[in-house]
Order: sequence, then C-alpha cells, then structure tokens
Amino acid sequence: MAQFETVEVTTDLLICGGGMAACGAAVEAAYWAKKNGLKVTLVDKAAMDRSGAVAMGLSAINQYVGLKDGDNTVKDYVDYVRNDLMGVTREDLVASIARHVDGTVHLFEKWGLPIWKDENGAYVHEGRWQLMINGESYKIIVAEAAKNALGMDNIYERVFITHPLMDGDRVAGAVGFSVRENKFYVFKAKAVLTAMGGAVHVFKPRSVGEGLGRSWYPPFNSGASTYFTLQAGAEMTCQEVRFIPVRFKDAYGPVGAWFLLFKSRATNALGEAYMQTRRDELEKWVPYGKVKPVPANLRNWLMMLDVMEGKGPIYMRTEEAIENLSKEVPDEKARKKKLKELESEAWEDFLDMTISQAILWAGSNIAPEEKPSEIAACEPYFIGSHSGASGAWVSGPEDLAPPEYFWGYENMTTCKGLFAAGDASGASSHKFSSGSHAEGRIAAKAAIRFCVENADQPNVDNANVEELRNKILKPIELFEQHKAGSSDPDINPNYIKPKMFMFRLQKIMDEYAGGVSVNFTTSKPQLEKGLELLNFLREDSENLAAEDLHELMRCWENVHRMWQAEAHIRTIMFREETRWPGYYYRADYPEMKEDWEVFANCKYDPNSGQWEMIKREIKHIM
Amino acid sequence: MPSYVIPEKCDGCKALDKTACQYICPNDLMVLNKEQMKAYNQAPEMCWECYSCVKICPVQAIEVRGYADFIPMGAAVTPMRSSDSIMWTVKFRNGSLKRFKFPIRTTDEGSAVPDGGFNTKTEELKDPHLFTEPDSIGTDLFTK
Ligand SMILES: Cc1cc2nc3c(=O)[nH]c(=O)nc-3n(C[C@H](O)[C@H](O)[C@H](O)COP(=O)(O)OP(=O)(O)OC[C@H]3O[C@@H](n4cnc5c(N)ncnc54)[C@H](O)[C@@H]3O)c2cc1C
Ligand code: SF4
Ligand code: SF4
Repeated sequence: MAQFETVEVTTDLLICGGGMAACGAAVEAAYWAKKNGLKVTLVDKAAMDRSGAVAMGLSAINQYVGLKDGDNTVKDYVDYVRNDLMGVTREDLVASIARHVDGTVHLFEKWGLPIWKDENGAYVHEGRWQLMINGESYKIIVAEAAKNALGMDNIYERVFITHPLMDGDRVAGAVGFSVRENKFYVFKAKAVLTAMGGAVHVFKPRSVGEGLGRSWYPPFNSGASTYFTLQAGAEMTCQEVRFIPVRFKDAYGPVGAWFLLFKSRATNALGEAYMQTRRDELEKWVPYGKVKPVPANLRNWLMMLDVMEGKGPIYMRTEEAIENLSKEVPDEKARKKKLKELESEAWEDFLDMTISQAILWAGSNIAPEEKPSEIAACEPYFIGSHSGASGAWVSGPEDLAPPEYFWGYENMTTCKGLFAAGDASGASSHKFSSGSHAEGRIAAKAAIRFCVENADQPNVDNANVEELRNKILKPIELFEQHKAGSSDPDINPNYIKPKMFMFRLQKIMDEYAGGVSVNFTTSKPQLEKGLELLNFLREDSENLAAEDLHELMRCWENVHRMWQAEAHIRTIMFREETRWPGYYYRADYPEMKEDWEVFANCKYDPNSGQWEMIKREIKHIM
Repeated sequence: MPSYVIPEKCDGCKALDKTACQYICPNDLMVLNKEQMKAYNQAPEMCWECYSCVKICPVQAIEVRGYADFIPMGAAVTPMRSSDSIMWTVKFRNGSLKRFKFPIRTTDEGSAVPDGGFNTKTEELKDPHLFTEPDSIGTDLFTK
C-alpha cells in the first residue's frame, strides 16, 4: 500500500468544519483564546472560501430579529420556531441564538456584505425575519473574517475528518486524512467543536443521472457531524425531523422571494389554491394547524394531498404575482421601471444561490411574467439549522435553560468537551446562515471556557490511534489487494465501491424510510425491513474500496450517511405518531398524539454497540 | 456534464502546483490531467453547479452545460466576477439574451476585521456577552 505519513497536531480547541457555524466559532474563539493564551485550530474538508451550504452564495439572511429597532422580541422568534416545528423545540436554545443573531448580522455588514437598504436607510425585508442581500460572495466574506482572526497557520483545508478521539467519556481530538496528499492527521485537543453541516444523499434524489448532484442541499455535506457525535457516545435529538423543502421543480431554485417578496400564490393545475381549498385539513393538526404562518411541513402536506389526488402539477403563479405588483403602479413609465426591477430581483434570487434554476428557466424559455413555473417537494435532508431539527442534544445557556437542559457549558453535547453548532446541533431550527454563525460564536466562547477550566490535555491512546488509522485507510489497501482480480476496477466480488454503496443506501431509505418514490410514507414493518437491509450494508461497509484519496473520502462520506440513516430509521420508528405529515407520514399511526409532544432522542454506545431511545420532556421558558 | 473545461482555453494554471479550480471546488471534483495539462470534472454527476470553479478560473476556461437529464439544450449562464460586482449573461434556448449586474461586496478584499470595530464589554468567560456585544447588537443583551 502507498505510504501514509502520520501528522500530529496538538491544540486547545479544535473546530471541525469551515462553514457558517465554524466561521463564527473561529472569530469568537480567536478573541478569547488570545486573552487566555490558548490555541485554536480549524479543519475543513474543502476550501473555506466556498465550503458548505453557502458555497454558491445566498440571496437572503433568513434570521434577523430586529431587536435594536424593537421590530420583534426574542419571544416572538421562539414562538415562531416552536409553532413551525409542531411544538418540538428547545426554547432555551432558540432564544439564545435569537438574542445574539442581530449582532452577527451587523458584523457581516461591517465586513462588506451588501444588505439591501430602503430610501430611509432601513434594511429591506423579504419577510418578517428575512433580509435581502447581494450575497454572491457571502461565504467568501464570512470566511475572510474567520481567516483573519485565526491566521492561515491554524487552518487545515482539504482535510477530511472521520472520527473523534476519546479519553474515556471526554473527547480528546479527532482524526482524518488529507484529500490531497498521503497524510493521516491526528488532532489532539482539550475541546472539540463539531460544525460539519447536515446530510444529503441519504435518500435517493429525484434526479439520478447528471442531475444526481442537484439536490437542494449541497452534495458535499454528508453526515459527518452526526457520525462524529454518535461515535463520541453523545445523545442526539430530533433525528426523525428531516426537512423536505418545496422548491421550483428539478433545479430546486428558491421560492422564498416569490412567496414573501412578490406575494405569489401556488395553485394546482386546475387553478385551485390548496392553502385555501384544503384549509379544513389544518384542523387535524391543531394547535399548530391554526398558527400563522402555517408550519412549513403542513404547507407541504396540503400540496402533497393535491398531488396524490392527481391535481398536479403544482404551479408558482409568477405571471399573476407580477401582474398584481405592476397594477399597484398606475403610471406607465413607472410601471415599466418597476417591472424591470422585479425581473432583476427574481433572477438575482436564482443567480445568487441556485444558478441551475436560471439555466433551467433559460433552457425552457421561461418568462415568469408570461407563464407559471412548476414547484415540487424535494427529497428528505438532514439540516438542523433550517426547517428540520436533527442534531446533537446540547446544553442551553445558564441564564435561560431550565435545569434539565443545562450541564455546565452552553452548546456542549452530553460528551464532555464536545460542542456542536449550526446543523450539528439539534432542536434549535430556523437559525439559518446568520443564526448558525451566531451559534458557532456562542459555542466557541463556552468551549474556550471549558479549555481554561479543564486545562489538562486528555490522554490519547496510541494503540487506538493506530487502530483508527488502519480502519480509515483500509479501503485503499483493499483495492490494492484485489484489483488484479477483475478487468473492471468497479466490478469486483471482493469489494464494493463507494458510489454503488451510496446507491444501495439511497434505495433502502427511499423505499422503506419514506422517500420520494413512496410519497414520504412509511410504517413499522417497512422501517424494520429497512433496518434489516441497513445491517447488511453496515457489514459490507467493511469491504469498501478506494482507488485514490478522492474515493477514500467518498467511502467515509457514505459511512457517515449510513449512520445518519440508522439514527433516522430508529427515531421515526420510536415516535409512534405522525407529527410533521409533510415531512413523513407514518401510515400505521396517521395522527398527532398529545403524549408524543416530547423530544425523541437516541444514543449509540460505541463500546457495547447498543442503541438507546430516550423520551425527553419539553420545557417552556417563554 | 455540468461543469466542463474548454481545452483550448485551459492552460493548467501555468503548471503551478495548485490549480485554481481544484483549489476551490467544494466537492473535490476538478482535477488536472497532468499529461495534457488540462483540468476536468472527475464526477460530473456529483456537481452542484455552484459555479465556484467557473468564477475562479483565471482564463474563463470553465463553463456549465445544464444537467442533461432535465434541462433542455441551448441555454448558457455565464458570470464575470470582479472584486466588487458580478455580471451575468443569460442566454436562452431561443437565442434571446439578458444581462444582470449585482454588487458582491462593499469593502476591499481581505479587509474584514474580526470585531468589525465593535467594542468588548466584558473580559469574563462566564458572561453571556460575546466579544462584540452589546455594541454589535445595538441594544442590551436579552437576559432572563
Ligand atoms: C440551498 C440552500 C439555501 C439556503 N438559503 C438560505 C438563505 O437564503 N438564507 C439563510 O440565512 N440561510 C440559508 N440556508 C441555510 C444556511 O446555508 C445554513 O443554515 C448554514 O450554512 C448552516 O451552517 P453550518 O456551519 O452548520 O453548515 P455549512 O455552512 O454547510 O458548513 C459545513 C462545513 O463542514 C465542512 N465539512 C463537512 N464534512 C466535513 C468533514 N468530514 N471534515 C471536515 N469538514 C467537513 C464543509 O466543508 C463546510 O465547511 C440555505 C441552505 C441551503 C442548503
Ligand atoms: S482554473 Fe482554469 S486554467 Fe486553471 S486548471 Fe482550472 S480550468 Fe484550467
Ligand atoms: S460547479 Fe461547483 S461543484 Fe461543480 S465542479 Fe465546479 S466548483 Fe465543483
């Protein structure tokens, strides 16, 4: 086998990931580390300038509370999030992010992010909580501040993190490998912050040809956060609360500006607006069916009911919205100008964050003022920072959290020294880009305090490191060993390549755990069958093979996805009700039940290999 | 394939050890064929069409051809990114063209100062104020 050098890095705080949450963590940690003589190291699998979900840019900041102008209160935000998630929310965490997020947005502006302003100098809102931005370079700007804070000497790009290092019940660092050179990395740390995003390609996407990569959620976030925290023995929450966005069909372009800014309606093929015609269905889901705005998953659900009745396709009525908006301007010349502005805003919305949608419109000769465009539900994703909620179960802040939710350090998981933020931390949805950055900062300050108060460097067992090294590099060795056995490197009875491994996982999840092909519907026997097949897959993961470093990364990405899948199946099975019908539907328990208004948590014990399912009470603080 | 390299234009980043497209692709897709000194996308079906490689290529050698499994042929969306703005040209299947220009940042590249000029209130690690607060919030930090 090719020689791999082992590189050891000893630090105080290790930040895993380089996305929004990690960049927030870097900026905050750098300040407190300097004050306390500590070292901070950041590792990203890609280049921070364009890594993670914001790689392409964004066209809006989705969380801004507006505290300084008294627009909203922290409680308003907590109410909004709790209702959208059908009651299952950690109010302490949501409040914690909401009280800090505006400060982060103001920093973005100082760093150079163009935020739209009206003639009075006030931010232009897309909706109540959303600000319009020219966000093509959003990630570059946010990464720049993080790099300036930490210094490039403390940043490792293109290093893929696979596993945590443990010292008993305390985290002791992380291991991974370079995807550029034959190097195995051992990071030893007093505290670790995981912010490696959520997961996609766990479920089969709608497009499986070239368009396989055009999932709404970026294909490069592959479940590393979940795997890392599970393997550290930390408790996880809301692993059933996947997110299925409704977007423009196929290219998955954003709909937020159309609904919120342009006040567009969505109708079925008969011109009926399902949000009106199916209003009665909302009664079934009270109290959450009756709140405003209607929770995202229920809006999906009403749409899906139309589709299941054969009333699709579903359309965003862009032509109608534009006509209504231009009617508001009676003067012909002013109207022309207004239309031009609207057109530019509509295209920027795509060009800033889902360029494929612009290609699809151009390729289909679509003029939005002339004809409506199709929208549809995407496939399920794991993204705790958006309208899903999956992630680690973390401590709240001392002053806001009830005692049940507080164990010493804000945003610390139940594993000592291991912190989580952004998509990696659960039950605190709707933090989006800005809230993830703010949460990264919150977690980083607490993690630095942890390093100061737990100043001893944890022990790292060399035998364990060696074992991990062999395990992590095994796919390369397996390929070398068996490649002579077949004239086709991809077809060989002695191993499985990561691509087909991923397809196998996606097929299991799609068919048994409520994917696109079964209309997001599942049941206990289906889930049990899925688990049985996942078990074979887990055994076969020992036989993953990689021709090069790129494929080695693909192997581990898919192992990570597989564990996300198992946590998901176990949790939907545990929760014997349907609570988010537009995200998944338990055909055997089709109703929402009061006694299930709890958190469904899970925990994996890496020593015994056993899973534990746990119910946790919901405590209201507001 | 989603992103593709025009061989005539690609100069392999003049044989520097790190090509720009390989450096930036968040999904590790762009690689350099060392014999031909031309870059290519090694797994187009894993491409997000994020345009990071297109925007960074110093000689505009990379373009995107929309996903063939659902996008009708003939369209092209092409960016020109400068240090403060981006120009987009959208070419429709029917040949018509649209151009858009948007700002991308309001400050000089590289100039982001971590604290944004906001003051620190407390040196206490246990205090819930972050290092720019409450100055950066613009009002007192909410507490219970
Ligand atoms: C299509 C889309 C549109 C969105 N639109 C908006 C919007 O308009 N407004 C808004 O405010 N929010 C929006 N969001 C939400 C926002 O992007 C996320 O909330 C935010 O990026 C989450 O931050 P994060 O740090 O948790 O994850 P990310 O920002 O995704 O960062 C994850 C990081 O982890 C790294 N990583 C992953 N695996 C590994 C590994 N194994 N080893 C090392 N590093 C690893 C990645 O390279 C990346 O740096 C959108 C999200 C998506 C997907
Ligand atoms: S960045 Fe452009 S010139 Fe450089 S290797 Fe890539 S395609 Fe070729
Ligand atoms: S478009 Fe994005 S994902 Fe595709 S090759 Fe270029 S940088 Fe990579």
